[in-house]
Amino acid sequence: MQLNKLTISQLRAKLIAGEVSSLELTRACLERIAATDDKLNAFITICETEALAAAEAADKRLAAGDAAPLTGIPLAVKDIFNVLDVRTTCGSKILDNYISPYDATVVAKLRAQGAVIIGKLNMDEFAMGSSNENSAAGSVKNPWDLQRVPGGSSGGSAAAVAAGQVLATLGTDTGGSIRQPASHCGVVGLKPTYGRISRYGVVAYASSLDQVGPLASNVEDCALLLGAVAGYDPADSTSVDTPVPDYLASLKDGVKGKKIGLPKEYFIEGLAAEVKQAVTAAIETYRQLGAEIVEVSLPHTDYAVACYYLIATAEASSNLARYDGVRFGVRKDNGDGLVGMYQHTRAAGFGDEVKRRIMLGTYALSSGYYDAYYLKAQKVRTLIRQDFLTAFEQVDLLLTPVAPTPAFKLGEKTGDPLQMYLSDIFTIPVNLAGTCGMSLPCGSSSDGLPIGVQLIGKPFAEAEMLQAAYAFEQATDFGGKFPPL
Amino acid sequence: MDSKYEVVIGLEVHVQLTTKTKIFCGCSKDFGQQPNSQTCPVCLGLPGALPVLNRQVVEDAIKTGLATNCQIAPRSIFARKNYFYPDLPKGYQISQFELPICEHGWLNIETEELGKKRIGITRIHMEEDAGKLLHAAGDSSSVDLNRACTPLLEAVSEPDMRSADEAIAYLKQLHQIVTYLGVCDGNLEEGSFRCDANVSIRPWGQKELGTRAELKNLNSFRFIKQAIEYEVERQIEVLEEGGSVVQETRLFDAEQGVSRSMRGKEEAHDYRYFPDPDLVPVVVADEWVERVRSELPELPAAKLQRYRDDLGLPDYDAGVLCAERPIAEYFEVLVARHANAKLCSNWVMGEVLRSLKEKQIAIADCPVSPELLAGILQRIADNSISGKIAKTVFEEIWQTGKTADQIIEEQGLKQVTDSGAIEAIVDAVIAANQGQFEELKAGKEKLIGFFVGQVMKLSKGKANPGMANQLIKKKISE
Repeated sequence: MQLNKLTISQLRAKLIAGEVSSLELTRACLERIAATDDKLNAFITICETEALAAAEAADKRLAAGDAAPLTGIPLAVKDIFNVLDVRTTCGSKILDNYISPYDATVVAKLRAQGAVIIGKLNMDEFAMGSSNENSAAGSVKNPWDLQRVPGGSSGGSAAAVAAGQVLATLGTDTGGSIRQPASHCGVVGLKPTYGRISRYGVVAYASSLDQVGPLASNVEDCALLLGAVAGYDPADSTSVDTPVPDYLASLKDGVKGKKIGLPKEYFIEGLAAEVKQAVTAAIETYRQLGAEIVEVSLPHTDYAVACYYLIATAEASSNLARYDGVRFGVRKDNGDGLVGMYQHTRAAGFGDEVKRRIMLGTYALSSGYYDAYYLKAQKVRTLIRQDFLTAFEQVDLLLTPVAPTPAFKLGEKTGDPLQMYLSDIFTIPVNLAGTCGMSLPCGSSSDGLPIGVQLIGKPFAEAEMLQAAYAFEQATDFGGKFPPL
Repeated sequence: MDSKYEVVIGLEVHVQLTTKTKIFCGCSKDFGQQPNSQTCPVCLGLPGALPVLNRQVVEDAIKTGLATNCQIAPRSIFARKNYFYPDLPKGYQISQFELPICEHGWLNIETEELGKKRIGITRIHMEEDAGKLLHAAGDSSSVDLNRACTPLLEAVSEPDMRSADEAIAYLKQLHQIVTYLGVCDGNLEEGSFRCDANVSIRPWGQKELGTRAELKNLNSFRFIKQAIEYEVERQIEVLEEGGSVVQETRLFDAEQGVSRSMRGKEEAHDYRYFPDPDLVPVVVADEWVERVRSELPELPAAKLQRYRDDLGLPDYDAGVLCAERPIAEYFEVLVARHANAKLCSNWVMGEVLRSLKEKQIAIADCPVSPELLAGILQRIADNSISGKIAKTVFEEIWQTGKTADQIIEEQGLKQVTDSGAIEAIVDAVIAANQGQFEELKAGKEKLIGFFVGQVMKLSKGKANPGMANQLIKKKISE
C-alpha cells in the first residue's frame, strides 16, 4: 500500500481505526521525498525532526480519541509562510539565513489541528514568477516531465502533491500562483476569495492580491484543507469576518441547474489547441451533468495583465523595502556607509525578476507618474471587478482555461519576461476582482502533460465552486494520478 | 523685527499619544526600557507581520479634532510613506496622506502685539513613530525600536501666524488642549510634543509666499521662539544682501542659538505615498463622533471664559488657573466648597502654586488637598483667623495632614475678637510707645500701621487687625 497516494479522508479513517500511525505515514512521506526530491527540488527545507515529533504527538492524540480533521496528516507549506524556529527564505538569497520567530496564523491553525508539517516548499523568489525558475534554491521540475517547469510561483507546492511527497500543501496566489502550477502539475489548487484566509505571517508580495490557498490531489482534500485554515483573523485587518461554511457538507450536491458562464474574452487565439480541446470537453461534461452553459462577457479582460503588473509591483516595491540588511537577513557591507550597505545588500540579495518588479513598482508610484499608472490601474481594477460582479448576476460560476499552454520547458521563457507574464492571463483577473477560483485537472496533452480547467466562483462562494469541481472530478478520470518518477 | 517684510509661519506638531499600546500592535509603549524589549514581529517589521489599528488612537484623534474645531472624516485612509532609514523597520511609515481623519479646524489665539486671531488647522492625521538611532563612538550605530510604531497625531496648521509670539500662542493653546484631553503628556523635552516650524518672509503686500525653511529640533517653547526669530532675521539678511532663501531643513542649536542647514529639500525623497493595502479604511460613524463630543472635558478656552464671566475672576487669574488641567481641577474642587472665588484664586495662585514649585511637587500630589484648603478659607471668612495665621495653618497642614480646625484648636490660633482683650493690648502698646503716640495724635497718620503691627506682634498675630485699628483710632480721639 502506498500510503502517500491515498486521500486525506481515506488516511484519516485508517488513522482513527489505528490501521496506520501518523509516524508511519510521516516516514513514508519523508522516504518519498528522499527518493524523489533530488529530481524535483520541491523542498527548500525539510523539518524531519519536528515532523516526527509532531507525528508522535498526533498519534497520542489519535489514541486519545481527540482527533481533528487534519491530525496526523503530513502536509507541507510554501516557503513564504513563517514557521516558528524554521528558516523562511521565500526563495530569496536575502533571507537565506532568516529563522522566523513566529508562526503564521495558518501554520498555527494547522498545528492546532495536529497536522504534521514536513517542510517548506520551493517557490519563485518572493512569489514573483510563473515557472518557479526564479528561486535562489534553484528551479523545481515538473514531475510529469523533468525538462519542464511546474509553473509558479507555488511550483514546489504543486510538484510535491503531484509527486505524492505529501498529501496536500499550502501555497499563495497573487496572480495565479496556486492555480497555474496546479494546472501544470495535474493537481487541484484553490485560490479563495480575498479575505477568506489570514495573511498574517505570510511574507507579502502584493498585499491587496495575495491570498493563501490549498493544493491537493483531489477536490475533497482541497475542501478539507481550505476549511481548516479559512476564517477571520484579528491579526489581519483585511481578513473578512464571515462564517466559514462546512465545505464538505455540500460537496456532493452536484451542478444540476447551475448556470456556468463562459467569458468569451478567455477563448482566444493564443490558446493552445490541446488546452482548448480539453476545456471544451470539460464544458460538455458540465452540460451533461445538468449545468446550463451560457456565454458571458468580461469586457475589461484585456487590461488585466497590465493592471496587475502596476498594482502588484507598486505594492511589492514597498513591501520589499524592509529587506535592507539592517535587522535580519543577509547583509552585504563593504564599509562604504549606510547607503552603500543598502545598495550592496539589495543588489546581492534579490534576483533579477524581483529587481525588475521593484523598479517597475517604484516607477509606477513615483511623483508625476502615480496618477497615470498606479491610480489608473486602480480604476481599471474596479472595472474588472465590476465585470465579474455583473457576470455573476447572470451565472453561478465561470469556467475558463487556467493557462494558455501546458507546462513549458525550463528556460523557454526566462529570456522574455512579457511572454512569461502572459502565462497568467486567465488567472490574474480573479485576483484583481478579489473573488475565488480554482484549477482542476481536465485532461492531458499528447505529451502526457496535465491540463487544467479553471472554475471561478462568486465572492465567498467557495462551497459552490468546490461542489461543481467535485461533480466534475467524479464524472471524469483526470485527477488523482501520479507520474512515474 | 524689520517692518519691511511680513513673516509667515506654519507649524507641524507631532503629538505622541498616551495610549497603553502601540498604534499597530499590542506592544507596550513604556519608555526607558531595555532597547528593543518592547517589540514584536509587527513593530520590528518582520516578514509577514501585519498592522492592526489601535482603536484608542482613532478615539484620541477624534477627541483632538473636535477640540480643535476640525471636521471628522467619516472615512479616512492610511497610506505608506516610503523611504529608507535604519530607524524605520518596514522601509515605510504608515501615515495618512490624501484622506486624513481631521480637517479644516482652527484655534483662536490672542497676543499682546496683534490681539485676537484665528489660526487655521489644515489637518490632523494619525501615524506611527519611527525608532531611535543610538550613535556610539566610531562609525557604528545601534537601532532601538521600542519607540517604533508608537502612535502620533500630526497637526498641520495653515501658514496663518505672523510672528514668533503668535506661533507660541498657537502652540501653547494646542499643547493645553491635548494635555487637557489627556491624549498627550505634553512633555516637550522628551519629545511627546514636537514642533517643526515652516518660516518664510515676504515683502508686505505680496500675495505669494516666500520660500520657506523648515526648522527642526525645537524642544521647548523658548527655543521655538528663539529659532523662529533667528530664522526671520537670517532670511531678512539674505534678502537684504540680494540673495534668495533656499528651501531647506534647518536644525536649531539651542546652545549656540543658531540654526544650521540639515539637507536641501531639492534632494528630498519622493515618498511615493499610496494607500496601505494592509489596512482597511477607518470608518467613523456619526454616533462615535457624537459620543466623543459628549464626553469631551470643558476645554481651556471655555473654562477661561467661565472663570472670567461666571466667577468674576480677573483675566490674569483665569489664565493661571486654566493653564493646566490639574490646576483648574484643584481650583474647581476648592471653589465648590468655598464660594469666594477670588479668595480661592489668590490662595491657589499664591500659597499652593508657590509651595508646589518650591518643593517640585505636582498639584495632583499636593499635601494640602483642596478640601483641606477650603477648611482654612472658611476660618478666614468667619474671622476665626487672620490671613497671616492662615499661612501658618497652611504650613502645618502641609506637614501634618491635619485639618485647619484641628490645628487652630491645638495651637490656640483662634483670632482674638474680644474688644476688651484687644483694648488691653492697645493700651499696653501705647504705654510703651508714648512718643510715637503723641506724633500720631498730632496727625502723623502713617504711624497707625506701626501701632497695628505692634498690637499684632504682642498678640502673636491673633488679634483681629481691623478691631485693633478701630481701637487705636478711638484712643486718638479720646
